[in-house]
Order: sequence, then C-alpha cells, then structure tokens
Amino acid sequence: MGSTNSTLSRIPNVEELMQETGFTPAHIVRLYDRFEALDKEKTGHLRPQDFGAINRLAMNPIGDRIIGSFFSTGQETVDFHSFVRILAHFRPADKNRPKDPSMPQPVNSRTSKLKFAFQLYDQDKDGKISRAELLQVLRSMLEMQVTEEQLESIADRTIQEADLDKDDAISFEEFRKSLEKVNIDHKMSIRFLR
Amino acid sequence: MTDLCEGGMDDLWSIATLLLQVWFSVMIGLIMIPAMFGLSLGVTSVYIQILVKILEWATLRIQRGHRDQPTLPVPAPLPNGLIQREGGSMEQEMGELRRYRTQSISRGEFALSDSFYFYRKGLESIVDDQVTQRFSSEELVSWNLLTRTNHNFHYISLRLTVIWGLGVIIRYCVLFPLRITLAIIGLSWLVIGTTLVGFLPNRRVKNWLSELVHLMCYRICARGLSATIQYHNKNNKPQKGGICVANHTSPIDIVILANDGCYAMVGQSHSGLMGVIQRSMVRSCPHVWFERSEMRDRHAVTSRLRAHVAAKSNLPILIFPEGTCINNTSVMMFKKGSFEIGGTIYPVAIKYDPRFGDAFWNSAKYNMVSYLLRMMTSWAIVVNVWYLPPMTRQEGEDATKFANRVKSAIAHQGGLLDMAWDGSLKRDKVKEEFKEQQQKMYSSMVVGKKARNSQEPHTESTRR
Repeated sequence: MGSTNSTLSRIPNVEELMQETGFTPAHIVRLYDRFEALDKEKTGHLRPQDFGAINRLAMNPIGDRIIGSFFSTGQETVDFHSFVRILAHFRPADKNRPKDPSMPQPVNSRTSKLKFAFQLYDQDKDGKISRAELLQVLRSMLEMQVTEEQLESIADRTIQEADLDKDDAISFEEFRKSLEKVNIDHKMSIRFLR
Repeated sequence: MTDLCEGGMDDLWSIATLLLQVWFSVMIGLIMIPAMFGLSLGVTSVYIQILVKILEWATLRIQRGHRDQPTLPVPAPLPNGLIQREGGSMEQEMGELRRYRTQSISRGEFALSDSFYFYRKGLESIVDDQVTQRFSSEELVSWNLLTRTNHNFHYISLRLTVIWGLGVIIRYCVLFPLRITLAIIGLSWLVIGTTLVGFLPNRRVKNWLSELVHLMCYRICARGLSATIQYHNKNNKPQKGGICVANHTSPIDIVILANDGCYAMVGQSHSGLMGVIQRSMVRSCPHVWFERSEMRDRHAVTSRLRAHVAAKSNLPILIFPEGTCINNTSVMMFKKGSFEIGGTIYPVAIKYDPRFGDAFWNSAKYNMVSYLLRMMTSWAIVVNVWYLPPMTRQEGEDATKFANRVKSAIAHQGGLLDMAWDGSLKRDKVKEEFKEQQQKMYSSMVVGKKARNSQEPHTESTRR
C-alpha cells in the first residue's frame, strides 16, 4: 500500500527543502505528484517542453517568461528542488513570523516576491528594467492588438512615472516604491486548499 | 498402486465434471435466465449492501488509524483542485491591482503590477490545472479496498490487510471467472442471435425479435460486470427517429444504456472480433458503421446520420458528443457535429458510483483489454442513468449554443461539473486563439477602444 511517508522518503533532502521553503509535508507530496505528472518521460527533471504541455500556461501571454523563470541561466532542466523553491515564492506570507532584520528574508516575504516579479521584467539581470525590456514584456502581453507606437508611448509613460533618478530605467528600489500600495501578499500568492 | 491412482484420477474427473455441471446450471438458472427477461433475484442488491457496510467499516478503521498516528500527514483528496482560485475576471483583478493608482481604469494605461495577474495565473496552472485533472481518475475520500485506487493510504492494521487480501481472492478467483463466462456467453449469443434473426424477411416480427436478442445479450453482459443500474425518468426514454446523447466515461456506457432500450450504434467499423460483432449486429437491425476514410468527411457522416434519423422507424442513434472518455466528474465540450443533424435530441446523464470501482477508461494508460479486465475484477459497477426531457434546436440558435444547452442540462442532472474545455485537449495542443483572446481582453483595458484613444491626442501631448 502506498503512503505519504514513502513518497516523502523518495525525495532527497526533503527536510531541508521544507525548512527552506516552508511548505508542509502534505504540500510537498502534492507538488511531487504534480512534478511527476508533468515529467512524462520520468527523467526526474523538467524541460521547457514539459511546461509547454500545460494548456492554460500555453495560452498565457507571458507563459514563456514564466517557464523561463524556472530555469536559471544556462540550465536546460529543472529538478524537483528548484521547482519547489521557485513555487515557494508564491506561498502566502507567514503572519506570525517575527520581523528580524538580521535574519535573511524568507523566500515568500514581500521583498522576495517583489524581487521575483522584478526578474520577470529584468531579463538580463542587470538590476534595472530598461526601456527595451519593458517593451518586450508589453509586446508579449499585447502582441497584435496595439501598434508599435502605442506600445512605445505606454513604455515611455510607465518609465516616466516610476523613474525617480531619471536614468531612463527602473531600478528595483523604484519598482518597489511604485508598487508600495499594492497588496503583494494577496496578489502574488497561491493558497493551497489544506 | 496404479489401480488406486487410476481410481483416484477417475474420482477426480467425475468430481470435476460434477462441479462443472453444477457451475453451469447455477449460472444458467440463477443468472442468465432472469437476466434475459430483465428480472432480478435480488442477489446483487444484497451484495451491494454488504459491500457498503464493509467499506464503511474500512473507512472508519482508516480514520481511526489516522487519529492514532497524528504525525503522519495525509493530504485529503480534493475533488476540485489543490489551490484556491480567485473567481474574478481579468478586469476585476486588474482593477484591484491598480486600485492604488490615481487614474481610473477607463483611461487605460499600463501598470507594472498588471503582469502579476498573468504571473499568478500562470503559476496556478503549473501547480494544478483543471483540464489534466479531468483525465485522471477521481480520488476517493474513503478507500474501497482496491489497491488501484489507493493513493494516500498506508498500512493501518492487520485486520484491514486481511480483509483486503480476502477481497482480492474473492474478486479474482470467484467473481472474475464468473464474469468472464457470462461475458463470453453474452457476446457469442449476440453474434449468433443477430445472425439468425438476419435471415428473416423484413417484417415487424424481425424487428421485435432483434430487439429481444439485443436486450438479452446486453443484459447478460451487464451481469457479467455485476452492474446495478438505476434508471430515472423512464418516461423520457429516447424514441424512434431521435438522437440519444450522453456523457462518455467508458466503453461500458453502451452496455449500460442498451440494457433498457434498443439503440442504433454509431461508430467506426473495426476488424477482428469487434468487426465480427459489428457485422452481425447490422444484419438484424440497421446500425451506422463508418469506414475510417468516411469519418474524416464530416458532410458524408452528417448526411448518413440524417438519412437514418429521417426514417422514422429506425431506432434512435446513440452518440457521445464529447468524443473521448472523461473521468465522470465533469462534462467537457460537446462537439457540435451531432447537433447539426436535426431531429429531436434525447439527453441522458450517466453517473457511476466511484465507491465500487473506477469505471473511467484512461485510454492513454490502459488498452481496451486491460481496462475490461480491471472492470471485471472490481467489486461492482453501480450506475445512475437519468433520461432528460427531449430538446430541439430553437429558432436562431446555432449548433454550438444548442450543444452547450444540452451539455448544461446533462451536467446539472448528473451532478457533474460543466466544463468549457474541449475533450480533445487531452491529445492536442491548445489553439493560439485562446492566447489571442487573453491578449485582446488585456489590451482593451490598456488602450481602451481604438476610437477613444485617437480622440484624446491632446491629453497625451500635455502629459508629455
């Protein structure tokens, strides 16, 4: 008879993973089942094509970027640990955690979530969202529906609003400031049922 | 010594033949004959009641086992997904994301937080997506003592394991041979009976006899699966010259429906054993079998079906518009082809009780033979069939709308979820159209309608 315990024991370093990400054993098991379901060829790794098989993701305008965020630069596969670590960014924040500035930020804190979202825009990881990078995101989200001029004017306007030090790019601090009123925890969290 | 051995052998043979005779007479007397006339000795219902009691006991034991060992985490099976989803539309959610901004949404504009909506939706679908869920079997809250449905349960007690072991023995050694024999008898009778009836001239007698033969065979086959079928609203049963439409969970659906009435089957003509059955069935009453090449030509298919329906004396056609087997928790999009034929549609909802056996045929995982073997080694098949009142296409309603209307009625009656997804998504990739749709929706929020944008060039220049 199968058991949760046996599933957990199949995952190497699962204690460490739970500690790092804050997922409960039940969540880890569910994610592992999901990982295995996506890993159709049972290689123990996921490739971009495995994500591509998810229909709802394929119809998401920034689906490719989301898939890309799972693979760190140069890597072509993602194993279960990295899979869970990325998803951990979207765990709802732990309300009872004491704010201790000396400890490193947990992976699902507001700052970490914002950093993660920032990376969606900042593809070359230079710490700034340039006009070209912003245009790229806009293009994926709007594609054929608007003209190139409209895209450019939207990009210009956005940078104008957020760019405080006038370097024609949005740094992480400016990004954070521009979104300080948004309820990040609510909007960038996925709540597991049980 | 050898005499003794031979004597022993003879005894064994006579015992064996005696057993075989007893076996056959039991079968014929108690199962086949009542089945042929649609009567029931009530054995199955007693069996089901006993089963239910045992399964409830097993569930209680498991629950107690969990309470005693609280350190073991057991995720409860979740019928509708792992994660909580926001129900809002794209506009609602974007509105909430942008609430902090001073401009109103009607002005359009892009916000850096817009991408969060897509990001979250994307990650939600990575963790759990509704379509894939429909193509894996339903998770049960209790365990029905079949290891194949055992996902999350582990060793609880010796007693439970013993019961499970007994269950295996009963299912494989007692029930299975019985069912195989019945199935073989049923199918061979179908072939023989329909061929014999085919020799008669086309008269009312022939039709009556063919209906009888078909009914008998399907009833025997149903007994071969220990199927208990409850029909509701029999007054809405499909009439001649109509089209019967039902949700599809497994190939057994045909046996289930045909137990209560005669239908003209529609399908692809196969070779081999299926082909023999198909050809003999056609001899006694008209069914519609298509060659593979014909299936691709939609017009040819539609016109043949139309011709069949138009002859009012023909049996109602049985069609499964989903096109593929779904796991019986929801109804997927109905293909509009069946609804373009015209005529009256008689919708039927079929719901299997998952406690006794998982009837879903996951064609990606199992082939037909292993599927049937699984069916025959389950406890039983308990089904509810609801006949819904007939529907016709209304004025100005196109086939797709009509199909959706019928689908909702079936889903509502059977307690299944009404899904908008296309059943063929199981195999194909999603169309680009869906992505464009998302982009269109988003763009209307960002740039507004094109006319509005061009009317306000002065506001853009002043802002610059």
